[in-house]
Amino acid sequence: MPESLLELRGVSKNFGGVAALHEVDFDLKASEIHGLVGENGAGKSTLMRIIAGVHTAYEGHMLLAGRPVSFRSARDAREAGIGMVHQELSVVPTLTVAENVFLGSQPLTRLGTIDWARMQSEAARHLASLGIDADPAALLGSLPLGLQQLIELARVLFSGARIIILDEPTSALSPPEIERLFSLLRRLCAAGRSIIFISHFLDDILAISDSVTVFRNGRHVATEAVGRIDKAWLIENMIGRDHDDLAQSYVKPIMLASQPDAPVLLEARELGHAGSFRNVSLEVRAGEVLGIYGFLGSGQLELARSLFGKMRAERGTVRIGGRRVRLGTTSRARRAGLAFVPESRRSMLFAHEPVYKNVSISILQHIARVLLRPAAERAIAEARIKELDIRPPRCTLPLGALSGGNQQKVALAKWLTRKPKVLILSEPTRGMDVGAKEDVVRIVRRLRDEGIGIVVVSTEPETVLSLADRILVMKKGVIAREFASEAVGKNELLAAA
Amino acid sequence: MEGMEAAAGLERRRTGRARRLLTEQLRNIAPFATLLFLVAFFGFASPSFLSLGNLQNVLQQISVTGIMAVGLTFVILCAEIDLSVAAIANVAGVVIAFFTLQDSSVNIQNLPLPGGLAILLGFAATVALGEINAVATTVIGIPSFITTLAMLQIGAGICAVLVRGQIAYAVPPLIMTLGSGSIGPVPWIAVMAGLVMLVAHLVLTYTRFGRYVYMVGGNREAAEYSGVNVKRIVRAVMVISAVCAGFSGMLGVAHFGSAQQNEFDNYLLDSISAVVVGGTSLFGGSGGIGNTILGLLVLGVLNNGLDHVAIDSFMKILIRGLILLAALIINVYAQRLHGREPSGA
Repeated sequence: MPESLLELRGVSKNFGGVAALHEVDFDLKASEIHGLVGENGAGKSTLMRIIAGVHTAYEGHMLLAGRPVSFRSARDAREAGIGMVHQELSVVPTLTVAENVFLGSQPLTRLGTIDWARMQSEAARHLASLGIDADPAALLGSLPLGLQQLIELARVLFSGARIIILDEPTSALSPPEIERLFSLLRRLCAAGRSIIFISHFLDDILAISDSVTVFRNGRHVATEAVGRIDKAWLIENMIGRDHDDLAQSYVKPIMLASQPDAPVLLEARELGHAGSFRNVSLEVRAGEVLGIYGFLGSGQLELARSLFGKMRAERGTVRIGGRRVRLGTTSRARRAGLAFVPESRRSMLFAHEPVYKNVSISILQHIARVLLRPAAERAIAEARIKELDIRPPRCTLPLGALSGGNQQKVALAKWLTRKPKVLILSEPTRGMDVGAKEDVVRIVRRLRDEGIGIVVVSTEPETVLSLADRILVMKKGVIAREFASEAVGKNELLAAA
Repeated sequence: MEGMEAAAGLERRRTGRARRLLTEQLRNIAPFATLLFLVAFFGFASPSFLSLGNLQNVLQQISVTGIMAVGLTFVILCAEIDLSVAAIANVAGVVIAFFTLQDSSVNIQNLPLPGGLAILLGFAATVALGEINAVATTVIGIPSFITTLAMLQIGAGICAVLVRGQIAYAVPPLIMTLGSGSIGPVPWIAVMAGLVMLVAHLVLTYTRFGRYVYMVGGNREAAEYSGVNVKRIVRAVMVISAVCAGFSGMLGVAHFGSAQQNEFDNYLLDSISAVVVGGTSLFGGSGGIGNTILGLLVLGVLNNGLDHVAIDSFMKILIRGLILLAALIINVYAQRLHGREPSGA
């Protein structure tokens, strides 16, 4: 058994009295790719932040190459050779590729000015050695996301990192981009670097890792070599109970229960928005869940925003309940009977305001002509809290005091007092643990059964498959395929996208 | 999982509540403590400071700023800014004087109209200028900081064109009374300021519009995703700000007894200072008229008190600058504490 490059022994970390990590051991060997999985809140991110020097106060020991270390800052960790690539990239889109690679460590001329020529040529050489095909002079923002991510990885490598932490690196990538990333990681590994690979995508974990560690509730549950385990084993250890419908991998096709006869509530014809999507026509029927699936950047998120008037579609028409509407603003969309829950909670909720104000904001027009009626607002909020089982059930609590899953429910609760005709959900289960996902599925099914037309837009096949009665697959801005009244699984979806 | 989450929630709630109390109150405690300190300090330092007559003085001195600051409070709560308030105040003051019969010694080619009409035209001018601010900000999308900077210049220009370097003295009688008269010991202008503040407070606290102002300031994107017509709210606050500024300008002209160019130049900084010193967040979403009143009193007591203790008048400017800086630091610090609240991971 090779010597561990990085060892953590008995690491605990509390946040305000709550244990995020409890006596955790973790070992990273030299030249290995180590997968790290666990549900949200399992402690993966906390552990990585400790390793990367972001959290400096914790119990336990960390040894790097056998020597105890204790980082006082992220800079310390960087200098010790630990680099992290976050899910949300920290590259600068308005700078060139070369500038990004050298961000913070530009080569200087003797006069102290930036040596552009050297920067250009060294960046080119560095990228070529990694097999990354990008023009160093190109603006980073003009490159596809997958390439931007590789540039960030290149920067971390260039700064001398021997241990590289990748947080959800594949979530925004298309299969060919993932393949490119993986082959790069394998080469890095062969060249002696070690990689910690955090992901929710278990297939990716199994495809790239040498060994996998599972976390649950802040504890280290298991570490195994990848050859000896499978996906079911991972899920079992992550969840710690028999996995249910949601956790199923959807490798086996499910039968779609489409409703071709129900009345059309929302009809879009030939919608287009330069650079995002084009020629999109779709219908949403009463009592059906229409899933729209595509990789990130396929245009489905922008399509959803355009339907709600947050973005203005440049071409095409929308009819709601048969009547043509002009969607330019969100308030008009709301009046026309549309409702939207965007993919980011922060852009939907007011963290410092009490829950009831968060719930009432979208229906204030109907419960308060001029003067506010706080009692009525609170009563409505109480009803929604009960309906959606929001915890803790106190409507005067500031929203920020609720957990992520419950905040997501509040975002949904906004639209349930006066039922919309069509509810558009963008990434409704992203970042949720299994229990919260089940709640969302239950709520969506109930709303569907009440006759609301629902659109679920997602980049995760599992989300779409668990909710939809009919599925559209978007690819590079157009609808590539429709699945209705037929059997479909993850493989079919991925193949169509 | 559930158990831990519940425990985490409870814990978060407990520490959250204590910290929230502190952070929420820091905004209010800081200006209030400053006020108490200043009153106590000047009270000891000067026997003439704590007299009824001087209280009247303070009230009068802060009334013009106060009305202007009320409009600004709406704008700042929406996370916008209006740098044209003083200029618009000046326009309103000059316009009503322009449409009032002046003494023959005043060399302005003016257009005497009935007093009521002159006042109406004064308000119409402020609404028009406010609308220009609003449309440029919301429809065209120029940041309000820049839009209103341009409007500052435009307002000064309008004043210059109307009075051409001259000074007008007469204003409509109603404005004369409200600006410089008093009922018993209470100056009318202070009553007006109090009324404007009361109405503004009620609007912000008890109406749907007021809620929208706070929500738009708190998280504009979330307000938009909730189907709130954000542009309409921003537009409304820009107009409210201009109208308040205009009203303060009319009363101010009567109060000072003259209408001329650059009359209110100092008031821009004063009114912004009042709002910010009072603790309304520069980032929008929290604060209110109560805070603005606190800020006005702090600045009013400071200005007045410094006169009583015979400090070098050059020093006075420096001290005011330092107080403003301290208030800004507290404001930003309070915001940071606020932002650090647990957000449920």
